[in-house]
Amino acid sequence: MTGHAEKSAAFVADEDRTHWHDQSLWFVRTKRDRQASAIPEWEALREAASAIKTHTLSRLADYLEEFERNATANGIQVHWARDAAEHNAIVHQILASHGVTHLVKSKSMLTEECHLNPYLEARGIEVTDTDLGERIVQLRKEPPSHIVMPAIHLKREEIGELFHIELGTEKGASDPKYLTEAARGHLRSKFMGAQAGLTGVNFAVAETGGVVVCTNEGNADMGASLPKLHIACMGIEKLIPRAAHLGVFLRLLARSGTGQPITGYTSHFNGPLRGGEMHVVIVDNGRSRILGQEAFRRSLGCIRCGACMNTCPVYRRSGGYSYGYTVPGPIGSILAPQRDPQKYASLPFASSLCGSCTDVCPVKIDLHHQLLAFRKVLVDLKAVPLQKRLSMAVMGFVLSHPSLYRMGGGLMRVIVPRLPRSLVYGSWNPWGIQREIPPMPQQSFRDLIRKEPS
Amino acid sequence: MSSRSAILDSLRQNVPPAASLPAPITGISYVAPIKQFEETLTIAGGVLVRATGPQDLASALADIDVYTSAAKVASLVPGIPSRNVDLSAIDDPHDLEGIDVAVIPGKFGVAENAAVWIPGETLTPHRSIFVIVQHLILVVPASEIVDNLHQAYERIQWSPNSFGIFISGPSKTADIEQSLVIGAHGARSCTVILL
Repeated sequence: MTGHAEKSAAFVADEDRTHWHDQSLWFVRTKRDRQASAIPEWEALREAASAIKTHTLSRLADYLEEFERNATANGIQVHWARDAAEHNAIVHQILASHGVTHLVKSKSMLTEECHLNPYLEARGIEVTDTDLGERIVQLRKEPPSHIVMPAIHLKREEIGELFHIELGTEKGASDPKYLTEAARGHLRSKFMGAQAGLTGVNFAVAETGGVVVCTNEGNADMGASLPKLHIACMGIEKLIPRAAHLGVFLRLLARSGTGQPITGYTSHFNGPLRGGEMHVVIVDNGRSRILGQEAFRRSLGCIRCGACMNTCPVYRRSGGYSYGYTVPGPIGSILAPQRDPQKYASLPFASSLCGSCTDVCPVKIDLHHQLLAFRKVLVDLKAVPLQKRLSMAVMGFVLSHPSLYRMGGGLMRVIVPRLPRSLVYGSWNPWGIQREIPPMPQQSFRDLIRKEPS
Repeated sequence: MSSRSAILDSLRQNVPPAASLPAPITGISYVAPIKQFEETLTIAGGVLVRATGPQDLASALADIDVYTSAAKVASLVPGIPSRNVDLSAIDDPHDLEGIDVAVIPGKFGVAENAAVWIPGETLTPHRSIFVIVQHLILVVPASEIVDNLHQAYERIQWSPNSFGIFISGPSKTADIEQSLVIGAHGARSCTVILL
């Protein structure tokens, strides 16, 4: 099974592109910093957001029932799905019962997680992702490489070539304004022809029984306010208790994610269009199990802003696809192995544990602590390669026996410099693939200290 | 067992220890909220126009190029007539396509993020009017600029089966190499007139 290091090999082989990707994301991170520092109560906001999430999770079943009651009173039809298969079947059933052949979607990581698009397409429904970045990767038959900026891995020339083939733009044209204008025309015709719109949910409010969707483009509003049928899909963790709490989360979300004080459109859907229907599909898909795990439940507080990706030195240099999961970066590296520890065993190791993700997380998820904790889980599950487990066992034994450590150190200083390079950097030593062992010192630190005049 | 019960049961079995809600946050306040609103709106790609009062609205509109040159204008602001559009005669919102400008009243503005709150009932009969038109003009009383979003949510009254939206500037995207482009799906421009 290929892990993060193998999957990122091709990406990092192109040094210029790696550097460009790194800089693109760092640019967003610096925009975030400017926004955060302009708000004196920033840290209090993060504390409040974290506390609201912790409270909500401690009463999630009650709040979901309250949400359902109020949503139903608003005329919204509420559905419950235990897993991805049930979610997809519910969405398809709603669409099929209305004879929908064309669906427009705005961004929803949940439907990516459930692989809704191929499910619907196999049943004869044309699905159009309408967020520009998502449309670009959909036309390339790729998944998003970032949860907020789906096409962050692509250069304008590649998008120009794609649009030339798919949308008939001029050959060689790569001006973002020109390409966006072409996409606007193309997608407007899709909006005009769709019989239903599907959106994700940024926040669901128990008190009002409504959902809030944030976009910069306005695509969620085109999709949810033109056709008579609106379906909103949400994970159970999207819930917050009161509308007043939106003040806390919306102040943090866009500032953390894209470095804007708020997104262009923040839409509050508390019911269907006049003469239309609105459905909300509430999905568990493994989330309630995470709730039971003390070390990892705080990951359910995530508001999907993407800040941990933008700041992560590993994500910035390895790209979203190296993670092989819908949500990449630090938060994805906790969520993915919850789903399948064997398949995603390498992800918690795709981190330097520098803690930058924890520092920028608007809801104060202890991301790097969870990454470390997950490594222990994976070792216990024997999901980590034997080589790593053995070397760690040897290391653990040596470090817990000081005399053995001193003897080993002395031997190494003498032997290693005399060994042929092919042996020291043999295939047994993956650490040495991109690193050089420093020159062996003449004496140990301990010897040095002894000789120091006190 | 229904999926609903299965999910709720699973949540109750896995319930974490009780934790209380935090105290409300006191948000930032500005010495000059309107100035802050204008600066933030400009960064968001919008334009602020100051008018002295309702009698001045028509002349403020007369200075906005997209308004004067528009073939079709839909106005939801009392006293400002629509042009070549009769919203009440339109049944299907898809027929709103082709309207150049919408003039819409905003309830209040938020200084920290240049968002304007528009309650759904303002948009009657067509919720999509604010996003389907090519250019947006929002008319907001200058006395109704709050400092921050906490104050904003204190003002909002929720009624059953309703809609409401914060709009901050025109439609935009930076999905191609982080280059900001104004006019993604919705309004290509957003002018806020403060009365």
